[in-house]
Amino acid sequence: MSFIRLEPRGQASKTMVYVTPLLAVALTLLSGFILFLALGFDPVKALHAFFIAPLTSVRGLGELVVKATPLVLCAVGLAIGFRANVWNIGAEGQLTLGAITGGGLALAFYGEGGWWLLPLMVIGGAVGGAVWAAVPAFLRLRFNASEILTSLMLNYVALLLLNYLVHGPYRDPDGFAFPESRLFEADAVLPILWSGTRVHLGALFALLAVAGGWLLIARTFIGFQIKVIGLTPAAAGYAGFDQKRIVWLALLLSGALAGIAGMGEVAGPIGQVTAGISPGYGYTAIIVAFLGRLHPVGILLAALLMALSFIGGEAAQIAMGLPKAITGVFQGMLLFFLLASDVLIRYRVRFGTRRAVA
Amino acid sequence: MPSHAETFPPDAPPPRLELRGITKRFPGCLANDHVDLVLQPGEIHALLGENGAGKSTLVKMIYGVLHPDSGTMLWQGAETTVPDPAGARRLGIGMVFQHFSLFDTLTVTENIALGLDDAGRMDELADRIRSVSERYGLALDPERHVFHLSVGERQRVEIVRCLLQDPKLLIMDEPTSVLTPQEAAKLFETLRVLAAEGCTILYISHKLEEIRALCSRATVLRAGKVVGATDPRQETARSLAEMMMGAELSTPERPPQGAAGAARLSVRHLSTTSDNPFATNLKDVSFEVRAGEILGIAGVAGNGQAELMAALSGEMLVADSESVVIEGTSAGHLGPRARRTLGLAFVPEERLGRGAVPELSLSENALLSGYAREPLVRGGMVHFGRARAYAETIIRGFNVVAHGHRAEARSLSGGNLQKFIIGREILQKPKLLVVGQPTWGVDAGAAAAIHKALIGLARSGAAVLVISQDLDELFVLSDRISVLFHGRLSDSRPTHETTVERIGLLMGGLFGTPPDEDGEITRAV
Repeated sequence: MSFIRLEPRGQASKTMVYVTPLLAVALTLLSGFILFLALGFDPVKALHAFFIAPLTSVRGLGELVVKATPLVLCAVGLAIGFRANVWNIGAEGQLTLGAITGGGLALAFYGEGGWWLLPLMVIGGAVGGAVWAAVPAFLRLRFNASEILTSLMLNYVALLLLNYLVHGPYRDPDGFAFPESRLFEADAVLPILWSGTRVHLGALFALLAVAGGWLLIARTFIGFQIKVIGLTPAAAGYAGFDQKRIVWLALLLSGALAGIAGMGEVAGPIGQVTAGISPGYGYTAIIVAFLGRLHPVGILLAALLMALSFIGGEAAQIAMGLPKAITGVFQGMLLFFLLASDVLIRYRVRFGTRRAVA
Repeated sequence: MPSHAETFPPDAPPPRLELRGITKRFPGCLANDHVDLVLQPGEIHALLGENGAGKSTLVKMIYGVLHPDSGTMLWQGAETTVPDPAGARRLGIGMVFQHFSLFDTLTVTENIALGLDDAGRMDELADRIRSVSERYGLALDPERHVFHLSVGERQRVEIVRCLLQDPKLLIMDEPTSVLTPQEAAKLFETLRVLAAEGCTILYISHKLEEIRALCSRATVLRAGKVVGATDPRQETARSLAEMMMGAELSTPERPPQGAAGAARLSVRHLSTTSDNPFATNLKDVSFEVRAGEILGIAGVAGNGQAELMAALSGEMLVADSESVVIEGTSAGHLGPRARRTLGLAFVPEERLGRGAVPELSLSENALLSGYAREPLVRGGMVHFGRARAYAETIIRGFNVVAHGHRAEARSLSGGNLQKFIIGREILQKPKLLVVGQPTWGVDAGAAAAIHKALIGLARSGAAVLVISQDLDELFVLSDRISVLFHGRLSDSRPTHETTVERIGLLMGGLFGTPPDEDGEITRAV
């Protein structure tokens, strides 16, 4: 007999479903406060540098949007899959492939570009991400292999592929053997939307993904099928919904969106293909998707919050000399508190043995 | 145990169990409201009530699974509380649940040992099992693995497990719902022997004829309250049903069948193979259902019903496309969606979790199967207004008690959810309706409404196939009856030419050896 038990609460409160993300944020801040105190930093100053200072300048706000863009694009796709019990953990690899294919097109047509090059790169990025996501889809449907493992493992393959390319075929011929490509020409760079910042056309793609994701989930018959498959697979079988088709759709769609995000990074703020195109957007997008309750609008808000943790982490490193790991610590705490509060809205904790309770 | 004997006259022994003012409240519902119940030693006492009347809650409190909010419980005259099922067993209370808790891959002895608080040595336990099963006529081989056992034998394992602890009170929850009439008759003999030895039996059932035959006392619950106590032998099944419902029962009338029309469903030489070693493969099953008739398929659960349902709905595709023909089209390779388009509607046995999504609203559940034959989806977009209107039509047309189309499917009682699902299928005007266990666990009022709707559908020209374990139901509904046993289907017989006894023998596997027309074998009740 265990001394701590979880007891189901019966009906989970509807309000709490929306309150828990806020609760998780509050608990993260509180833990951060204690953490900074224990590390010997002034907690108020550190939290200010982390969460407030980046929001007080146009540049900071712009950076917020720049970082949120790939997070939104990846997380909307992931959320559609998660709703149908398709656990794509490979957005990071799909994003990398999008950067490789989209960026590859920019390099292939170097010096002969035109207005058509950017649309082609968008399509190329989407196809690259989708092809990378098609591998786990095929393996799951053909061999019943868990897409959690296969998509995760493909992230490392994608990263090694990128490393090979920037050291080899993609390397700038005039770049003194640095592992990076040429800088893209103007025809291959996404236009800036907000002058004085690095906010680029990709932000618009992200907003379109939010609107499209909402439409798909809330209004289409495909969205309804995704919902039924996610909640009750047996009922989906009874209704005659094609579960294989939904697995394909979820993985190809999330792969394509992640691929567009990767293309947007190399054709946007980076402007070339390098070995380090993502600080883990594809992994953070998993947190974003859950923090946003798998709802596109929630994802938009969650992505802005997580973007702040990236920027705040950098700012705090510079201003206070905090270690780099601080960003990961905050993201991890946020996900931990969110999952923990999720468990606690569905279960209550009981101490002592069963008999003592009775 | 403190003695309260002085409160009783010395010559009358105290009741085995007495409940006084037992009340149990769940969030949003008063499950038991000041329930009084007296069980005498050696009596077989029926606990009657519709679904949701509070029977399960009450017996779970007696067995220590739940705890009353107020009220007192007296065990052999002494006030007591039952902290948990182990405490109940220590007092001498045993319970046989409706759903068995046995491990398929363990032997009978191992299963019983797991359920005992002091099992002792395995070989000694096997001997004890043998002696108890002989004494009470419960034939059982302690060495066999449970997956070899029929449902009736599995129930014997559960009963023997209780008897090994010398219970003074045995609670039986719907014990005959899974038995053939002959198996039920044997169970009743055992229960009568037990009662004659002084064991009290609390018997929960909704089969009123059984209760009239077996029980000497009945307590009727309605909406958590005791509404009556009676001697069921002095009542009719109809008067008992009306006591339970608190309203008059209208039995559906089956108008004579016209000439049967064209075959809407033909199943020819259907065989299935499954990777699952516990599945029952269908073997060379052939039958036809014609327009305007209801074919009933009887059989004890686990004889291939689930496989037959899946092969008909399209959830399981069969090797030979020709072996399932719907409206003249070979459908063996078609999925559920294509079969619906051909005119099939389908009511699965499992309502919540297959026939309906628990967390979704009724309008979304109307869309679940309604999309195929109703104009609810246009250009890939869901027409939510029409789905709502369709749900409202079902709710009105089939008297579904629910808080409107927004109510979640899981908030409905079993009977109301089943009315909703059957309504959803019937309103699509199917040419062929396949229904599994239409009224299993459904209260008498809803069951009558469902039967009426099924008969109405057949008389309007549709073909209806009913797969059920409930023989009374099949005899009310069907024009013809077949029996499924070990994956084989018997030839069908017109209902008016056959008897419950003959169908019961077929359910026990006596194919090809028809018994005499008069039943030497007595009916279960």
